[in-house]
Amino acid sequence: MIAVDIVKAGALLLVAAVLEVSLVSSFEIGEAHPELVLVLLVSLALLRGPVVGALAGFWAGLVLDTASLGTLGLTSLLLTIAGYWCGRFGDATTRSSANPVLVAVLLATVGIGAGSALLHFMLGETLPVSDFVVGVLLPSLALNLLLSYPVYGLARRLFPPDASQRRGMEVGALG
Amino acid sequence: MPPQRTARLPALGHETQRPDGPSRSARALRARLVAVALVLVSLALITVYFRESSGGALHDAQRIGLSILRPFEVAGERVSRPFRDAWGWASDLVDAKDENEKLHGQVEALRQELIQSRTAAQENDELRRLLQYRDGPRFPDDYVGVATRVIARPPSAFRQEVVIASGSNDGVSAYDPVVTEDGLVGLVTEVAPNAAKVTLLTDQQSAVSAVVLQSGAVGIVRHGPSSSTLVLDRVDKDKLVAVGDTVITSGWRVGELQSVFPYNIPVGTVTAVGQNDVDLYKRIQVTPLVDFESLGALVVLVKRPAPGQG
Repeated sequence: MIAVDIVKAGALLLVAAVLEVSLVSSFEIGEAHPELVLVLLVSLALLRGPVVGALAGFWAGLVLDTASLGTLGLTSLLLTIAGYWCGRFGDATTRSSANPVLVAVLLATVGIGAGSALLHFMLGETLPVSDFVVGVLLPSLALNLLLSYPVYGLARRLFPPDASQRRGMEVGALG
Repeated sequence: MPPQRTARLPALGHETQRPDGPSRSARALRARLVAVALVLVSLALITVYFRESSGGALHDAQRIGLSILRPFEVAGERVSRPFRDAWGWASDLVDAKDENEKLHGQVEALRQELIQSRTAAQENDELRRLLQYRDGPRFPDDYVGVATRVIARPPSAFRQEVVIASGSNDGVSAYDPVVTEDGLVGLVTEVAPNAAKVTLLTDQQSAVSAVVLQSGAVGIVRHGPSSSTLVLDRVDKDKLVAVGDTVITSGWRVGELQSVFPYNIPVGTVTAVGQNDVDLYKRIQVTPLVDFESLGALVVLVKRPAPGQG
């Protein structure tokens, strides 16, 4: 089951990554654009847990770095951590509700932004903090939150909660 | 038999005992191990990528990966072109909202046709201007122009880079200058068989030796305080530079060494000049001639082989 999920998630993230570098990144507000891959990754991790989240994050990072000839491993590192954390977050909250996705997307966007800024700072590439927060982080946050419900809805259709998860939800709701 | 009123409670109680407690901790441990392993692999990739040369195994693998993804990126770029135009079109319409409301019905019917024809016209216009530039007197001698398009814009605010649809198969190699008919765009910094990465002039890593056309003052153009401005650095204070002067590449040559940028490629226009007693050099702000926000068609300047080199 997990193998099927991973293959499906891999294909979906591949399409999303290609769309992000060639299509979505053109729609800029300030210096920011919607991070389709990140929102999809958060949705998958919430629905399928930390193992799928970490693997999907690693793969999505590799594809993004390859498609843009970026530093190989940099995006993978950030997205692996984000996928794992969102999976744990999904385990700790109920997967039957769509509300955790907003919180997870918010925290993941801020975390990825801060992590990315830190890594680039370590590599000698800097951006003024005010420019980063106002021009990049806040618009990204708004756009990602706008994307979160539709993308999570699509992910739930493609990755419906399995029987054990549904039982867990029912028991959780009753208990 | 009397009705068993308490039958549901034991059943629910049985479910809430979570008999799979130990397996949950095993799953959590497995997830942690997977995440740690992937983080270590990522760190190893970053380390090897930085340490190896641009011809190393990881760079090669990345180029192969990009070659596989390139058709999808090209398709995505083509699909996105009408949407990008529609995005720009929608932005323009904000100023003409009242008029738009009156003409809304008519515009709805014509929108698709308009977008398609604008896309084609814009592309034709871009390509025609590039052809004129390539065949015109401003095109640098000793160079061949490879016309190409931007196919991807890496999603990072830290790097000013684009990916173009031409690579080593088209004769493009690392450190080839990239221009439009307006002026200098940047430098090819990474090459795959069918694609290449161009680091823009506005990137933090970019620097170009340049000269002010009117006064001959020589300096180095670097990125400015914002992503849309440049600075001309290292200009002596005794040189005369005025607002409105044009900055072009200097194309220096010292013996066998020469700049990767040919002479006389327009870079920008001087928009502010300042100096004080403490600084060694003038402070000159330059606005680039190229609109880096809407790059479409580009020309890569490929050096002609010297006579006798084949």
